Amino acid sequence: MPAMPASARPWFMPPFLNYQFDRTYDEMFEAPGVPRPHYRELYHTLLSSPPEELRKSQQAADLSFLHQGITFTVYGNQEGTERIFPNDLLPRIIPGREWRKIEQGLSQRIRALNLFLQDIYNDGRILAEGVVPRELVYSCRHFRREMRGLNVPRGIYVSICGTDLVRLPDGSFAVLEDNLRVPSGVSYMLANRKVLKRVFPALFHAYGVCSIDHYAQCLLSTLRSLAPLNCSARNEPATVLLTPGVFNSAYFEHTFLAQQMGIELVEGRDLLVHDNVVYMRTTAGLRRVDVIYRRVDDDFVDPLCFRTDSSLGVPGLFNAYRAGNVTLANAIGTGVADDKAMYAYVPAIIRYYLGEDAILPNVQTYLLSDESQRCYVLDHLEELVVKAVGESGGYGMLIGAHSTAAEREEFRRRILADPRNYIAQPTLALSRAPCFLEGGIEARHIDLRPYILFGENVMLVPGGLTRVALPKGSLVVNSSQGGGSKDTWVLRD
Amino acid sequence: MLSRVAESLYWMSRYLERAEHTARLVDVDVQLRLDQSPESGTERWLRLFEALQIPQSLAVTFDAPSLTHAVTFDRSNQSSIVCCVAAARENLRHVREQCSSEMWEQLNRLYLQMRSSLPAGNSAAHSHLFFRSVLEGAHLFQGITDSTMSQGEGWQYIQLGRYVERVDDLAALIGAHFNRLAQPPDQAVESAEYLEWVGLLKSCAAFEAYCKAYSAELRPLRVAEFLLLDPEFPHSLRFAVEMVHTALRAIAALTGRKAELPVRLTGRLRALLNFTPIEEIMSEGASAYLENVRHQCAQAHAAIQQIYFDYAIEPAMVS
Repeated sequence: MPAMPASARPWFMPPFLNYQFDRTYDEMFEAPGVPRPHYRELYHTLLSSPPEELRKSQQAADLSFLHQGITFTVYGNQEGTERIFPNDLLPRIIPGREWRKIEQGLSQRIRALNLFLQDIYNDGRILAEGVVPRELVYSCRHFRREMRGLNVPRGIYVSICGTDLVRLPDGSFAVLEDNLRVPSGVSYMLANRKVLKRVFPALFHAYGVCSIDHYAQCLLSTLRSLAPLNCSARNEPATVLLTPGVFNSAYFEHTFLAQQMGIELVEGRDLLVHDNVVYMRTTAGLRRVDVIYRRVDDDFVDPLCFRTDSSLGVPGLFNAYRAGNVTLANAIGTGVADDKAMYAYVPAIIRYYLGEDAILPNVQTYLLSDESQRCYVLDHLEELVVKAVGESGGYGMLIGAHSTAAEREEFRRRILADPRNYIAQPTLALSRAPCFLEGGIEARHIDLRPYILFGENVMLVPGGLTRVALPKGSLVVNSSQGGGSKDTWVLRD
Repeated sequence: MLSRVAESLYWMSRYLERAEHTARLVDVDVQLRLDQSPESGTERWLRLFEALQIPQSLAVTFDAPSLTHAVTFDRSNQSSIVCCVAAARENLRHVREQCSSEMWEQLNRLYLQMRSSLPAGNSAAHSHLFFRSVLEGAHLFQGITDSTMSQGEGWQYIQLGRYVERVDDLAALIGAHFNRLAQPPDQAVESAEYLEWVGLLKSCAAFEAYCKAYSAELRPLRVAEFLLLDPEFPHSLRFAVEMVHTALRAIAALTGRKAELPVRLTGRLRALLNFTPIEEIMSEGASAYLENVRHQCAQAHAAIQQIYFDYAIEPAMVS
């Protein structure tokens, strides 16, 4: 997209001098130098505050992240494997009316996806009626036949979900992908908020920002509502968070959530299964466990059932689960519903189970197992983004516009070898928001990941993690690929 | 409380106590070395290495600055100060949701600050600042622990680790000093010896406390009595054993386990310190006595391990 000619943007004043503005939707400005109504106060605060002050706040924020150990682990990097997750000082602001639509759309989506999972692991009506092709489900790497016919509490498979939304050039939100396995990042949402409240106390108060501090409590009540019928204490089921351990990239988040909820943070080696009942090893002897919020992937939860080389899991856990003596949240096998090829069918899934149209649209997606779509994609690789269906974290991706001929040739080969494993989408012009960077305030691409909880009912705390692609021009927001994050303010209006 | 968590808290505390102890010893030693001839310095090095339980082979091959380096900054020496603080932090990192955020932040800050002071740490002036920062960092951590953490089971494991380590370190240090004296005299020391005894007291942070109790006249027998048997001073052997025993009784009550072994073992050790007069200890040989204390302390450690951290599953299922 062509940038505005320099003569057309004299309205940008310091510290906005280098602000890029074009046909991409901008969260703050509706025209050069003209802020949207809900950004007006922030804009004027920024114009009047000396950059030096902002820089100091940024340093104080970075230091506080470092001292608190709010870091993530970068794989394949020996020295300094702990890195702070870059935090941008300027909040992303979402008016209440826009949020309400997001909330409705996401509630609808999680209900439909849960009905879908229950269906495919039991009767398979939707497959029988041909709404979703059978082979698509059975060929998915994350489909677990071990889950066939298993009754999960309340019929809920996905109780914790993080859905990635993007804002398109026309200003509407669309779903980019669902994360139905072990979504992470919610601790950064809470940590960012804590920092921003200190940096902009007056502004925060004046804006009337919705509180998100009750997230941990909502998460705990969601987990407890899923306790098995024969659990040890009906009103206070023994709930634990299962972490892969201190070397996992999200370990900070695991400790943070366990602490906020006041539950035990356990590793696989703390648990054992006896007669299909799960116990944890405590100093006072063995204690029964009822609900496990597991942050360990399906593959690793039980070496007797899934990957035999896993030392992170608990031998016998899956049998205890099948016997109904323990709840796993999320359930095993939910990855089949966030497969990127299945994603294309979600609007149809919503219509099939709820009889409604999707409130939040999907992004156009080409399925490469379909011959005509595949031909089109192979002819237009330069304009498209190609993704491997089972990957996450920004791995296994081709961004056509930024790729070399050799990379495109490599992907063409891979696609032809295994078309089911890839999808393609148009290159999206993600919306941009102002970020405080070295030289002043510049525009960077962002997305939004709200967190949805589903137990007795669907709950969303008003907010989410706004992820930022910090390198100039970059469209990749994943933390593993140089992304950062900013606080998200949903207004009470 | 999870066994793994209890174990991590226990070790975190032991490592930090160890780092503090080493920092104090080496700091005192570096200061004393300024006052002394090189020959007596060598002898004291050997003693220091005995006190820190470092093999003598290391001690004869190095010169003084590299020795300081070995016990403070050397990452290949697992009991160097740097390694101990790193290990303490790593243990706390594994269980950070169990302690207060302030505790974690303080230990993390100590670790980061130590890492950043490493390159400059070799000169004598710098090393004093370095040791002070380790000591202050450890004290601050203990203060924060006591004022921000619930004094429940987790806190008791921290107490336990700190004082088990202290018993072991003190016994080794005092033993190293008394080994060469068949009978410590009950009279003021000669001026040549004076600094050595000040050094021992300062290494236990006890010089001022000793002076209050006995005046600045240093008599080896009194020094021994003070460091071994004083009931009120936190760096005396008797005090440390008392604290180990108290923590174990609290843990036994909190976990409600009919596990008497650790309490009985430390009770016996406590009686040994409470009821043996110093003259008797010395007439039978201080080093044998201290060796016995360390042995009993090791037995208590093994019992703690076996009852609370790493028990067999089948018997536990039955109860």
